Amino acid sequence: MSDLRTELKQSIIVQLNLEELTIEDIDNNDSLFGDGLGLDSIDALELIVLLEKDYGIKLTDPNQGKEIFISINKMAEYIESHRTK
Amino acid sequence: MDIARKHFITNSIRIKNGKIFLNKETILSLDPKIDFSQFLKDAYKQLALKYPKYHKMDSLCKLGVLGSTILLRDQDFTENTALVFSNASSSHDIDIKHKQSMESIVSPAVFVYTLPNIVLGEISIKHKLQSENVFFIEDQFNADLLVDYSETLLKSGKASSVVCGWIELKNDQYDVLLCLVSNNGEIPFTREKLEELYRFDNE
Repeated sequence: MSDLRTELKQSIIVQLNLEELTIEDIDNNDSLFGDGLGLDSIDALELIVLLEKDYGIKLTDPNQGKEIFISINKMAEYIESHRTK
Repeated sequence: MDIARKHFITNSIRIKNGKIFLNKETILSLDPKIDFSQFLKDAYKQLALKYPKYHKMDSLCKLGVLGSTILLRDQDFTENTALVFSNASSSHDIDIKHKQSMESIVSPAVFVYTLPNIVLGEISIKHKLQSENVFFIEDQFNADLLVDYSETLLKSGKASSVVCGWIELKNDQYDVLLCLVSNNGEIPFTREKLEELYRFDNE
């Protein structure tokens, strides 16, 4: 469980070039957008790509991201129940 | 319209071969053999840019934001400062990266940088500019074009000052000259002076 969350934090830092952040800086319940990590709309698209590449999850409707990319915990829960790899 | 008003090169920055010069003074000198991406990271740290979005940009935008931030640091400029940029290779390096990514799943964060004028947008966001901007693709550094276009903007009142220059990047080889042109300074804003600044450390 926690390994997936750590893996997600690491992937997000690398994929989204958050060079000034470390895994320890991101709480599992931090908002990924807005006042939390401050991700933007392009980051949201990168997260959709990340889900497909790393976990075989294909989001056909980008609006689904609003419910999934709330926090590391929410992302991990979604991945655990939908992953195909 | 004030046709008689003289304009000056208030400030200039040169980035080439691991070095950054501000008004011909060396402000950063790194090993020219270091990897280009490492040069961009080291320059960011050593010149204290403090702008996390920098890390998300493609290399052309990093060069532009790096150069413009140092150029405009401690300078009196308004949101009406125009950007007149040029290069020969357009967005070559990120275009190649995008082409390579098409072999698997395309990265949106790469795709959005596949135009040279994105650097103008990134600089405008960083420095809160709401001004005229243009990006010319030329075979080589063309001082006449930069002076003519910038002077037109200044004399017509469409810009209070201009950042103009050359921002070339191809296969990690970079060559940048940016100048802040305004009513202040001692170096006349002419083709000859612009070429002289470009030739500096470019022999």
